[in-house]
Amino acid sequence: MSSFEPLIAVFSCHYCSYAAADLAGSSRIQYPPNIRIIKVPCTGRVSANHILKALERGADGVYVAGCLEGTCHFISGNYKAQKRVQYVKALLSEINIEPERVEMHFMSAAQGSKFAAVAAEMTDVIKELGPSPLNHSRY
Amino acid sequence: MSLKAALESGKFVVTAEVAPGKGTDVEHLLEDAAVIKERVDAVNVTDLQSSVMRLGSMAFSHFLTDVGIDPVYQVTCRDRNCLALQSDLLSAWALGIKNVLALTGDHPTMGDHPKARPVFELDSVSLLDVIGKLNSGVDMAGNELKGKPDFLPGAVVNPGADNEAALDLQIMKMETKIKAGAKFFQTQGVYDLDAFEKFMKRVEGFDAKILGGIILLKSVGMARFMNKNVAGVFVPEPLIQEIKAAENKAEASINIAVRLVEGMKDLCHGVHIMALGWESKIPQILDTAGL
Amino acid sequence: MEEILTMVEEFDRILVLGCGGCTTVCCAGGAREVETLATLIRMDRKQKGKPVETLEAVTELQCEPESVKPILEKLANQYDVVLSMACGAGVQTVAQLFPNHNALPALNTLFTGRAEEHGVWTENCLACGDCVLWRTGGICPVTRCAKSLMNGACGGASEGKCEVSKDRPCAWQEIYHALKRLDKLHYLKQEPQVKDWPVHPGKVVREDLREGEATRVD
Repeated sequence: MSSFEPLIAVFSCHYCSYAAADLAGSSRIQYPPNIRIIKVPCTGRVSANHILKALERGADGVYVAGCLEGTCHFISGNYKAQKRVQYVKALLSEINIEPERVEMHFMSAAQGSKFAAVAAEMTDVIKELGPSPLNHSRY
Repeated sequence: MSLKAALESGKFVVTAEVAPGKGTDVEHLLEDAAVIKERVDAVNVTDLQSSVMRLGSMAFSHFLTDVGIDPVYQVTCRDRNCLALQSDLLSAWALGIKNVLALTGDHPTMGDHPKARPVFELDSVSLLDVIGKLNSGVDMAGNELKGKPDFLPGAVVNPGADNEAALDLQIMKMETKIKAGAKFFQTQGVYDLDAFEKFMKRVEGFDAKILGGIILLKSVGMARFMNKNVAGVFVPEPLIQEIKAAENKAEASINIAVRLVEGMKDLCHGVHIMALGWESKIPQILDTAGL
Repeated sequence: MEEILTMVEEFDRILVLGCGGCTTVCCAGGAREVETLATLIRMDRKQKGKPVETLEAVTELQCEPESVKPILEKLANQYDVVLSMACGAGVQTVAQLFPNHNALPALNTLFTGRAEEHGVWTENCLACGDCVLWRTGGICPVTRCAKSLMNGACGGASEGKCEVSKDRPCAWQEIYHALKRLDKLHYLKQEPQVKDWPVHPGKVVREDLREGEATRVD
């Protein structure tokens, strides 16, 4: 299992975490290469179906990275995303997939180091959980 | 004297209440009733009160007639549709039961079978209307009866409703119940005589006898429980303190009941004492209150 | 979810059929929910090593044969079972139209209600066939009162809440306030009301709308 390198999809908000990823890069902060960033105009655009599809199509984990509480460019998109993440967690439990594979994180555009830390944390969590039950054939 | 005769005589009427238990044992209940037989004009028999499944009120009402007590047969609309209610009323009359207290009934969620399907096809008002129809010799569908009852229909009212809307609704419903044939009312437990006096002022001139409800306060815990959980019952803090401070709790409870009976003498037409197992204390209360 | 997964266990080609009417409005069986359910079923079956094919479609109104027929005919032979995300009426429309298809319910139809706010729905109509809203200030005692009382409040309310639940307002107190606002409190002082209950299952026939010759009236 130590050779397992998870694939993690990140729905990243244009206004915060996507910029934070840029900052992490230009600041030469290392983060795990396991994440694949999908840029969205606001995390409020991310539906339950987007998250589920990412898992269905091969992601071992998915997280949504939105603006810090109270700072969403569109007022409350990040809170909407947070609730949808909770909803997806409940759905996953129903089909015996670990809800920990899906998470919501908040950060600002200035938090390059937090972006890297979250990426590392999620990678650790998913490594611990092992490959998604949908992906056993890949390993 | 029957309840009807007592109410018509203009005397201050006293009724009490017994609750059949879960199971077929009726002996001790009959003993409770025997203690008060000579002192009360009628004894209510509750119909699965608090929606807890128990022995039925018709059967026990019938047992009371056997020992010479005039029963008030309580009937709720929770468990029976209009066919069953009408049929039970005819059966009750045939068994010698002459007084009916028409109630809507608690919801099953309040009791020990909380998922039971409630009926409530009729309610207290329409049940009174049906009793009137049966008394006049026809059923709800207008069919003629061979042999008809002559029930004395009664109802309840909650004078302690906790807000203006609730109290207005109670009083309007009381009027509708009188229109539907209610001849007497037994109220929810009263502890605040000033509030009760205000209530009586509002229903002045209503064409029905009103018996003020008195629930014996058996303990501080019970008082607090009722304040929290029983709609329309409010035990004022000084009364709770009185029981708390008393060395002899039963004595204090009796004293409170005596004061309530005395206070009600000038306000309404009688009292309905809910002793909850303390039936043996009723004679003492009535003696002290001079009844 | 577990119940649905058991229902479709034996099938390998599933048509998940949403409804564009009520279940879309209440976010229980519209296009989005169809996609979610189909995805979850695929994920579940993939995990179990028994992959499944899903088709996703949404009828305009699943209780109207005209809206169901063309879709199912077009997709004929591409599925073994219809998993309907309409209400019970929609499921039965599919079952009646195509008696040789398996029509399964994906939803437990709870009630006829309205959206209090987005994401909150309340039961407001029992389709009882004898509407009294005109004299109850637009508040339905049949559904909103736990005992469906027709002649005013029982004595069980405390602080304006029903004896059944502290989250449930006393419908009759709400009716009282509504009628007071409308200056129609006298509606509460009426003759005793007894509700008529319709015979089930209900059926309505409107001859003026049916095909065929009219009966001559001489």
